[in-house]
Amino acid sequence: MAASKTKDVLFDPVFKNNPIALQVLGICSALAVTTQLQKAVVMSLSVIAVTACSSAIVSLLRNFIPSSIRIIVQMTVISTMVILVDQILKAFLPDIADQLSVFVGLIITNCIVMGRAEGFAMKNGPTMSFLDGLGNGLGYSLILILVGFFRELFGSGTLWGFPIFALSTEGGWYVRNGLMLMPPSAFFLIGFFIWILRTLRPEQIDKS
Amino acid sequence: MQAEAEQEKQSVVPFNPNSVFGTLVVAVSLCLVCSLLVSIAAVSLRPMQEQNQLNKMRRNVLAVSGLAGDKHLSPKEIDELFEKVETQLVELPDANAEAVKDLEAGEATDYDQAKAAKDPELSIQIPVEKDIAGIKRREMVSKVYLVKSDAGQLDTVVLPIYGKGLWSTLYGFIALGADGQTVKGITFYQHAETPGLGGEVDNPKWKAQWPGKVAVNESGTPVLDVTKPGNASKDTEVDGLSGATITSNGVENTVKYWLGENGFGPYLAKLRESGDSDTNAAVSQSR
Repeated sequence: MAASKTKDVLFDPVFKNNPIALQVLGICSALAVTTQLQKAVVMSLSVIAVTACSSAIVSLLRNFIPSSIRIIVQMTVISTMVILVDQILKAFLPDIADQLSVFVGLIITNCIVMGRAEGFAMKNGPTMSFLDGLGNGLGYSLILILVGFFRELFGSGTLWGFPIFALSTEGGWYVRNGLMLMPPSAFFLIGFFIWILRTLRPEQIDKS
Repeated sequence: MQAEAEQEKQSVVPFNPNSVFGTLVVAVSLCLVCSLLVSIAAVSLRPMQEQNQLNKMRRNVLAVSGLAGDKHLSPKEIDELFEKVETQLVELPDANAEAVKDLEAGEATDYDQAKAAKDPELSIQIPVEKDIAGIKRREMVSKVYLVKSDAGQLDTVVLPIYGKGLWSTLYGFIALGADGQTVKGITFYQHAETPGLGGEVDNPKWKAQWPGKVAVNESGTPVLDVTKPGNASKDTEVDGLSGATITSNGVENTVKYWLGENGFGPYLAKLRESGDSDTNAAVSQSR
């Protein structure tokens, strides 16, 4: 891992080693914030910022972190980053911050952030760790935005709030799919993505 | 292996983070730095956040009173339009006059109503038989927003309301005309009803049928009915939301409670009585 090239560190987590699709981490937030594309994008940006920055900070501190309290130290760094992101969202994007409500705070418990801090940043330099955090954040975002795209399109007939399908409630032809607005639909969609990804890349299939 | 290598490297460094002392130093300094960062962010961003909260509330008041139209107002437009709106405090029935005296002496805009609604000193327990909105407690004093016409006449009164739907408490505003009877608009700014069913209380098409309806009759009794979808025929009836009977009933009961004798009823009665004379007099009496 330590010898892997910059490009691999950045882009491996997007397709080859996607944190949601392959490692199946962090799916709780993928259910909650993907009813609208805009929410999914803001959540994605927040997670990218948090994973990248907290990985870099943990990596900078890695030689000073006592091994007995390393998880707590990582959590403290991550929580600080999350609170900063939350405060900034509330100040500059109040409408979206209202919709995301508790889910920004729950980035703290997102296993991807923690996993990268413990699994990568504790053993690698700050630049590499930053890129690794960025890459994993991007991998998470890819799935989140795809799920958000389909859920908003089929659930509400809109994209980014703009109407795409004429809704039957407003005299159009499209009867919206209520299931898409419910959390289970995100499970189905993520399931489909994992299926497609593993068909294209058979090496990702679990050996049983 | 990795851990051993790490340990070796660290023993060269004079500071050993794995000793008890080292652990304490790292823990304390990390906590200090992190708390400093968080406090700086919280303190420096608070004015903006408070402004956002205020703007959100004002935007809702303007939207429900019909001043804003359909568009999303910029903060500057909100400030301009809100100059026409006067915030006042109204004592609701069963208030403890002693407890609310200080409040009423203060500035209406400084009153934190959401906090007061939960404060045992400033709120009352609603008896079960009266609690049709399902809210258990309510504040003793409420804000009301008075929108004046250019000539200074009372045009619209905006009342905060809340009540239980299916999953959640719906928080919103209802705007009445100067007669205290005719609805000018309704909006809910916070709820967690089922998206697509009860969540359609947010749908502008549904809200559009409210203006012009009669919510309160001549004698001050709330008469508005939220009927089954498609059954509304009179001017006291509003179509319910299809597939959301409980939310629709919740909205009806919320409106009934807050406009009724246990809510803003007495205040609205005063408003009606003085409808022909100076409206400002009525308002100051009611305080």
